[in-house]
Amino acid sequence: MQAFCDWLSNTPISLTIQTVLWIIPAVQTVHILCIAIVMSSMAMLDLRLIGLAGRRQTIPYMVNRFVPWVWWTLPVMLLSGAILIIGEPGRELLNPYFRAKMLMLATVVVITFFVQRLSDKSAYWDTRKGLAILAGSVSLLLWMGIVTAGRWIAYY
Amino acid sequence: MIPHFLVWLQSLPFALDIRRSTWLFPTIETIHVLFIVIVVGSVSMFDLRLLNIASRDRAVTDLYEEIIPWTWASFACAAVAGFLLFSSDAVKYYHNIPFRMKMLLLLLVGLNTAFFQFRIYPRAGSWTAGARIPFAAKFAATFSLVFWIAIVACGRWIGFTK
Repeated sequence: MQAFCDWLSNTPISLTIQTVLWIIPAVQTVHILCIAIVMSSMAMLDLRLIGLAGRRQTIPYMVNRFVPWVWWTLPVMLLSGAILIIGEPGRELLNPYFRAKMLMLATVVVITFFVQRLSDKSAYWDTRKGLAILAGSVSLLLWMGIVTAGRWIAYY
Repeated sequence: MIPHFLVWLQSLPFALDIRRSTWLFPTIETIHVLFIVIVVGSVSMFDLRLLNIASRDRAVTDLYEEIIPWTWASFACAAVAGFLLFSSDAVKYYHNIPFRMKMLLLLLVGLNTAFFQFRIYPRAGSWTAGARIPFAAKFAATFSLVFWIAIVACGRWIGFTK
């Protein structure tokens, strides 16, 4: 992995990202704005699953309203993240916080996918309040963990 | 007079603790970021409604009551965290250009918010699903979106110029 990082950080594209001063801050800003979209959407959905907010709307309604924003925004985050990794490979790829972040992201994406699928049956959650609370809580904790791990990459 | 106050502020015990600790600053900063993303995300949801881009099936007042309390609560928490971060190195941040820009932009967004709250929103009762939304509201929504994006950018920029 170290050898791969060394090779990558010497490619022309990586050197460009490293040396043109505004690229990394600008791409990080895009990444943060995407986080705002994803976090707010998922916070609203998760709080609904837990039952703390938005109870005037059904869970399937909230799923259909918010989950699409995540699916559309994630590719942008993957792209911006890829640019940051290409620019500074070792900073992410050799960092345990980054790996934890990716693990949590993969987990929460799977959970979100299943929550969306199960919500296709309109009355699914009516008799499964406990499952909804569990799914919402785990999802919310994972998203917060992802943001935290993401910030701590810089401090490793 | 201001630099005097800032030297005093950054010498207070809590500020020194943050400055000297290896983990306090990153932790408070993480909390700051978590609350900011809720502020920006929730404001954007409401602004996109005013621009008739999202949640068009909901009345504006319903959305306001559902979202805006979270925005205010998160903003307050983000501001407290921000103040703690600022205190840990007050003089340096005071002279930091992106920081000053961020504060100016926050002030302007605050004025826009007040203008919306007291001049525009009182008429929002009729903005149900499908209703036409006045230009003033759309202008305030666009202003809000653009300025919040700029605030986030300046915030990130601080970290690169400190």
